[in-house]
Amino acid sequence: MSSPPVGYLAAPDQPWNVQHYLDGKVGYVLGLLWQHLWLSVLPVVIGLIIALPIGYAAKRFKWTYTPLVTISGLLYTIPSLALFVVIPSVIGTQILDPINVVIPLTIYTIALMVRVIADGLRSVDETVLQAASAMGYSRFQRLLKVELPIAIPVIGAGLRVAVVANVGMVAVAAVIGVPQLGTLFSYGKDLFYYAPIVVGLVLSVALAFALDLLIVLAVRALTPWRKAVAAR
Amino acid sequence: MIKFESVTKRYPDGTVAVNGLDLVAPSGQITVLVGPSGCGKTTSLRMINRMIEPTSGRIWLDETDTGTVSTSKLRRGIGYVIQHAGLFPHRTIVDNVATVPLMLGVDKKTARAQAMDLLVRVGLDPAFAKRYPAQLSGGQQQRVGVARALAADPPVMLMDEPFSAVDPVVRAQLHEEFLRLQQDLGKTIVLVTHDIDEAVKLGDQIAVLRVGGTLAQLATPADLLARPADDFVAGFVGRDRGYRSLGFADAGDLPTRKEVTVRLGSDFAAAAALAEDGWVLAIGDAGEPLGWLDASHPGTGPIGPQHLHRGGTVATEGGSLRAALDAALSAPSGRGVLVREDNTLLGTVTASEVVARIEERAAAERIEAAR
Ligand SMILES: Nc1ncnc2c1ncn2[C@@H]1O[C@H](COP(=O)(O)OP(=O)(O)OP(=O)(O)O)[C@@H](O)[C@H]1O
Ligand SMILES: [Mg+2]
Repeated sequence: MSSPPVGYLAAPDQPWNVQHYLDGKVGYVLGLLWQHLWLSVLPVVIGLIIALPIGYAAKRFKWTYTPLVTISGLLYTIPSLALFVVIPSVIGTQILDPINVVIPLTIYTIALMVRVIADGLRSVDETVLQAASAMGYSRFQRLLKVELPIAIPVIGAGLRVAVVANVGMVAVAAVIGVPQLGTLFSYGKDLFYYAPIVVGLVLSVALAFALDLLIVLAVRALTPWRKAVAAR
Repeated sequence: MIKFESVTKRYPDGTVAVNGLDLVAPSGQITVLVGPSGCGKTTSLRMINRMIEPTSGRIWLDETDTGTVSTSKLRRGIGYVIQHAGLFPHRTIVDNVATVPLMLGVDKKTARAQAMDLLVRVGLDPAFAKRYPAQLSGGQQQRVGVARALAADPPVMLMDEPFSAVDPVVRAQLHEEFLRLQQDLGKTIVLVTHDIDEAVKLGDQIAVLRVGGTLAQLATPADLLARPADDFVAGFVGRDRGYRSLGFADAGDLPTRKEVTVRLGSDFAAAAALAEDGWVLAIGDAGEPLGWLDASHPGTGPIGPQHLHRGGTVATEGGSLRAALDAALSAPSGRGVLVREDNTLLGTVTASEVVARIEERAAAERIEAAR
């Protein structure tokens, strides 16, 4: 990622002219968009993978549910700004390392998804579980082939929240200098130049919307049986 | 054969659900476990496929101690049917049924084809195959549950209140289909119910459990009704057991009389002239009895179905004394209608004739018992 082209030193003549701003900077802005995309999505993927076993444990061992869900809920209350600032010194990464963004957002995803996964798995009907066990499914097979597929709608709903929240929080990471769409906000703010702010805003809203839609479509494709239930 | 050998189950909280149970469920027969709520029926059933592990004692499946084989292997040879079916909501009906064969490595096409056959066998329209469970009625789901349990052709079937979540009409239908199916398949079945009527209807033998998980009586349905072991069993078996036990008593050759009949469509006035005690029996073209015609309210023109009294039941030759008595009691003419296997009229019999037969039989039994 190249550093931003040299901007105006003073307020531009036409602070709202988006077209003017984008002139020659489309590639740069798309680069930020791409950066924003993977900084939002990667933590969700990693967070989901980590939250799955924890959520399963919370469901499988009843006594762990309350502590696990409570602890993960508390994680969510830590301000993102604080995490962004503290994480680099805790894990000793370079100040501009994207890991500094990925780790906090992964933590948020885990915080959100542990409960979602535990509740999704708990929503599977007890008679269905019994039938599966009685047919000779091992615990792992049952989880993979029965419980998780049935929990997909609930897990999908949680992922939508996580992804949209992440798109918003990535922008905050501009304060620690990792480039993404949020960079346009701080840049525009410093120069009273509104066009980049508008561009950043539109793109991050569009990104959140697109990712949300993607999950909705994926859940729909993976759960054809739900349409049947809805049509009842 | 399934054999319980002094099996006890004590739950971690101290509840003794089953206590020293000795029981044999013979191969190819339906053994019904009945008893009041909480007497350990479900616990006993689930110990067979080890969804619950016995605290002590052993359960044998033929020559195998079930405690010595892996649970997966054990369970794949045992079909399991529960109340509300427990179908997988995310799989189509046909894939629900094909679950175990697919798990066992049967290829998809074969497994699905077999599943379709099974759906027909349990009385389901194959058009349902592509639907999801939520799109089926409770009774239909229950049929799918039975088909799914049968899919791998397991020698043993465990059924926990399989018919209790459906209305009485559907339940009676499912009972008939279940018995017909069992006649073909000859599975070793253990079925749990808290409904003594269902137990009597379906069981080859009935095990009555009492709360605390002990066996109160093990007997055939007829024996259970005729000779309850103690007050608890008598109370549980309930009223009318004298009458209900007639359901197991072969009517034998009843002294039937020939009945003058009229055909549907013949002239009303001519028919009325043939009536005895004010009633004459109408039959259809194939000789099947259709109903009684009331000659005291004569009409004109041809006899139509709307003129017939439909309240009478019909007993089949070689059926039970209960069916014959009911036919006589329900006929407005007082003459119970008996038919042959092919549904053609055999003749009629009165209640007093059936009762005479019942008394003869009881007397013979007393003499037999005295010897
Ligand atoms: N997991 C468990 N932990 C402790 N006690 C249990 C457990 N499961 C069942 N019990 C107790 O064991 C006894 C027998 O239960 P079970 O489910 O076998 O009864 P049941 O005969 O099937 O009753 P129902 O007709 O109501 O289904 C009951 O007192 C019940 O409360
Ligand atoms: Mg039960």
